[in-house]
Amino acid sequence: MADIGEPKVRGPEKPLKKGEVALIKTLIKHPMESGLRKNAENGETIPAHYIETLTAEYGGAKVVQATWSGAVSKNPFFSFYVKADKTGPLTVTWKDNKGQEWTEKTEIKVE
Amino acid sequence: MSIHSETTLTRRKFLEAVGATGAVCVAAGLIGMPTLTEAADAPAATNIDELIAKELGAGPVALEKVKIDTPPKAENGALVRMPVSVDHPMEADNYIATLAIFVDDNPKPLVGKFDFTPAAGKVEVELRIKMAKASQIRAIAKTNKGKLYGAVMKLEVAEGGCAG
Repeated sequence: MADIGEPKVRGPEKPLKKGEVALIKTLIKHPMESGLRKNAENGETIPAHYIETLTAEYGGAKVVQATWSGAVSKNPFFSFYVKADKTGPLTVTWKDNKGQEWTEKTEIKVE
Repeated sequence: MSIHSETTLTRRKFLEAVGATGAVCVAAGLIGMPTLTEAADAPAATNIDELIAKELGAGPVALEKVKIDTPPKAENGALVRMPVSVDHPMEADNYIATLAIFVDDNPKPLVGKFDFTPAAGKVEVELRIKMAKASQIRAIAKTNKGKLYGAVMKLEVAEGGCAG
């Protein structure tokens, strides 16, 4: 399954001031198969296989939880903001409808 | 309040919801397979307003504060840029708790739902979504007190994106 996984999370490289908001970009390889398409050769429905949730946590608290349908594009990109509080990891977890899970993090540095 | 309830959308509901164009989209890969025969036993089409009420709570939606910042025509329906922002404080007792994005004419209109805490600092997200055809798009935000704000736009699609 080469075309799945490889989660990436990118945050600001330079230290932030406490209270500053920072853009976080995430990317993961995933087919995001909706379950609504048919195989052209045999007419069988292609089973649904998509990421259902993306959760971002920072400083022990949830920042955002995304709940997706199969209408989110293949290899989903997602960006959001976080408010800098103290130095520590921002952890992103993706879970798909087959129970597979990926986690990746970026370090938020606060002056 | 879960997106999972959406998966109960039956085949007929889906066909009714998408209409002929959407069905062509699904049938594109069929090559002569019968398509509508299994559609006989399901209830009426999804009503978007009911879906919004189900996901975010009932109430008037003020068309302000929310911005969908994408061009009115998408070149590729498989990869439609969807940046959405909400101009609202993210304070401990006054914040945007949920943002949901709906594509009216998609087989499953609720594309994504985002639950925030004040730790986000501001609500500005971007993702890419699939659209089978031109459709109205709605981004609806709910505050922690249950007040609803929203934005609506019509988006053209040059090439439909059922695939991928």
